Amino acid sequence: MDRRKAEETFFKWLTAICTIIVVGSALAIVVTVIIKGAPALSLSMITQTPSGGYYTGTAGGGILNAIVGSLYLAFGATALAIAISLPVALFLQRDYAMKSGFTGFVRFVLDILWGVPSIVLGMFMLTIIFFLGMRASLGAGIIVLALLELPIMIRAMDAAIRSVPDKMKEASYALGATRLETSLKVVVRQALPGLLVAILLAFGRAIGDGASIMLTSGYSDRIPTSLGDPVASLPLAIFYLSGLPYSGAKEKAYAAAFILLVIVLLVSMISRYILKKFSKYVVK
Amino acid sequence: MLKPHISVQKLNVWYGRHHAVKDVSVDIPRKQITVIIGPSGCGKTTLFRSLNRLVELTEGVKISGKVLVDDVNIYNPKIDVTEVRKKMGMIAQTPNPLPMSIYDNVAYGPKIHGAKDGKKLDGIVRRHLQAAGLWNEVKNRLLDPASKLSSGQQQRLCLARALAVEPEIVLGDEPTSALDPVSSQRIEKVLTNLKKNYTVVVVTHILRQAMRIADYVIFFYMGELIEHGPSREVFKHPRRAKTRAYLKGVIS
Amino acid sequence: MFSSRLMLIVTFFVVVVLFLIIFVLLRKSWPILSTKSLGELLSWSWLPSQGKFGFSPFILGTLAVTAVAMIIAIPLSILTAIYIAEYAPRKLRAIVKPFIDLLAGIPSIVFGLFGVLVVVPLVSGYLAPLFGTTSTGYCVLSAGIVLALMVFPIMISICVELFEAVPGGVREASLALGATRWQMVKHVVVRSSFPGIIAAIILGFGRAFGETLAVMMVVGNSPVTPSLFGPAYPLTALIANNYGEMMSVPMYESALMLAAFILLVVSVISIIAARLILRRVERRWAVG
Repeated sequence: MDRRKAEETFFKWLTAICTIIVVGSALAIVVTVIIKGAPALSLSMITQTPSGGYYTGTAGGGILNAIVGSLYLAFGATALAIAISLPVALFLQRDYAMKSGFTGFVRFVLDILWGVPSIVLGMFMLTIIFFLGMRASLGAGIIVLALLELPIMIRAMDAAIRSVPDKMKEASYALGATRLETSLKVVVRQALPGLLVAILLAFGRAIGDGASIMLTSGYSDRIPTSLGDPVASLPLAIFYLSGLPYSGAKEKAYAAAFILLVIVLLVSMISRYILKKFSKYVVK
Repeated sequence: MLKPHISVQKLNVWYGRHHAVKDVSVDIPRKQITVIIGPSGCGKTTLFRSLNRLVELTEGVKISGKVLVDDVNIYNPKIDVTEVRKKMGMIAQTPNPLPMSIYDNVAYGPKIHGAKDGKKLDGIVRRHLQAAGLWNEVKNRLLDPASKLSSGQQQRLCLARALAVEPEIVLGDEPTSALDPVSSQRIEKVLTNLKKNYTVVVVTHILRQAMRIADYVIFFYMGELIEHGPSREVFKHPRRAKTRAYLKGVIS
Repeated sequence: MFSSRLMLIVTFFVVVVLFLIIFVLLRKSWPILSTKSLGELLSWSWLPSQGKFGFSPFILGTLAVTAVAMIIAIPLSILTAIYIAEYAPRKLRAIVKPFIDLLAGIPSIVFGLFGVLVVVPLVSGYLAPLFGTTSTGYCVLSAGIVLALMVFPIMISICVELFEAVPGGVREASLALGATRWQMVKHVVVRSSFPGIIAAIILGFGRAFGETLAVMMVVGNSPVTPSLFGPAYPLTALIANNYGEMMSVPMYESALMLAAFILLVVSVISIIAARLILRRVERRWAVG
């Protein structure tokens, strides 16, 4: 009997310790970024683009190029992804499907797409860039990030829309509404919080990705003025600058990491907030 | 007159603010079938689950009072709850076979309490499957997954499993309400045989069943113990108005 | 209806994209696949300027860091999931779960930075001497640790869901027989979740396998035989480090495309396998 009790206590503590390790690592990462990044933050850091060239890096300026670049990339990609995801997510509802075999296949394909590593997407996009005669640019970066976002966004939107009860759709049809009207006026309204969270989720993923845009969006100390310009981004700023032996460069990298983390945390907190509060028209 | 096997003394159970069991004191006689009757949702299941301390698994539950089994208060914090539960075998309303073979289901109990000898386990499995009236139907396929059995068979398997840890008391929570009439009858027969060696406590909302098998009856209503006594007395000459009303089918 | 036609077209397009990716990468890999023998491709010498493209160091590099990551992540994830689902009081659960979500949302570059700032010094300063060797810290172990951190949230959240899905009746049956909580967890909860756990592991593996930035920053990027405290050069790092030069050397582009194609194939297979297993798990609970 004591043996069993000892075993029970042992495993209770073992699993608790493992949890502490995991939670502790999450904390350690955040704390490290804060400790290194916070001191590096200054008004000039976030409002100026780098001055003094890529290789010296120590000289003044900030990382505005990366901040704005990341926002351009992420917003552009998310907008493009929404335009594609919403029709697909609505399509996946039984209303539109001709046979459920096809929707099952589509979901299957999306699952696979979800698992494709971002460097692979980058290589794919690189080929397309050469094929179309484009250059590594903001536009190419937007496209590849949109590809990255699609599976995440569609899947989350799909889940949100599926949670709309059939009775609600039936009520709308019974009143004579068309499929499209029902989709847009009833389904989207009811699923709105879930849809917004889907968008935020995808946005957060895109802004944090580096491998795919490393190959396709170039890098620049300046803020792009057109879709054809190369663009800096926070992940790449961190990657390149942290590797330089100059302390000024490293500081910029830490600041960039801090800002990136803040953005991602903000996105996640807003998602949580939306799920809780933003349900004015949603029927429970 | 044998000493009562279980003695519930001033038991109170709260789920948060809801007072589910109100100051209940009752003795459960040894080696008889005691049936707890009462309408659904009146707390009889809570009372029942307090007997083997399963009730404390629900979050937010508060318990006061004592439950003495052979004069030992099972709610004494010094007592090992797993030993308490070992003394009480339980069958649930819906059969819940473990995700293992028929053999492993029955052997599970003895194994977790330390039994290792293969031959001994074989004997235990066979004995208790026989006691549950299932042996003949499964003796050639002991290694089949338990999920392949019909629900009546699964319930008997659960009974064999419960008996395999050699409890003193067998608890049945609406043991036949999920079964067809033929299987129900079989389970009732097995329970009736069990009282030779075990104290049996059954909860049911089927009055006819209670009348068929009970030696001792406890009538429970809205968390309160209304009446209790030998079955002949309670069924033929109920003393309380509520009991009479229930037996007549007025409250159900 | 115009709109449903449009939706169909868009959906079709999305499906086509996957096949396009497979097709493009295969086509781009074809030159090197058709001109080099399997033996050459699996050799150890990687000298693009001489036309030598031996992928072994990179394949082994990827396998090494992924293996280390999984060895660390699997037990920690399962045990943590057990704690969250079975032992943690409700209040604690509500605190821990957001931390797991937090870990899931951290961008990979930040993991890489953490790796450089904390893990690398940890390995070179403490762990290597502990094991009697020296290390720069830019090694397989560091990469494995960083990857494990990235894989935790996927595996933990799937396992927690699996455990929470085990019906209460079966748990109670076990406890009613006098099992301790751990015995119940071991024999009932984990056992019946087993296929799902395998699926979670496969998904975690896929994640570790395809990671680029975080690994690149800590693995040393040296095409040698991988060893725990020595550097390695995974396929992902190979691509990311060399895509710039690939146009200047013949066949180099094709070689890197082949690397990408290998990554694609492995990830596709993992997802399919995990998906199939999880489908079966869902079906089992739905019926029973």
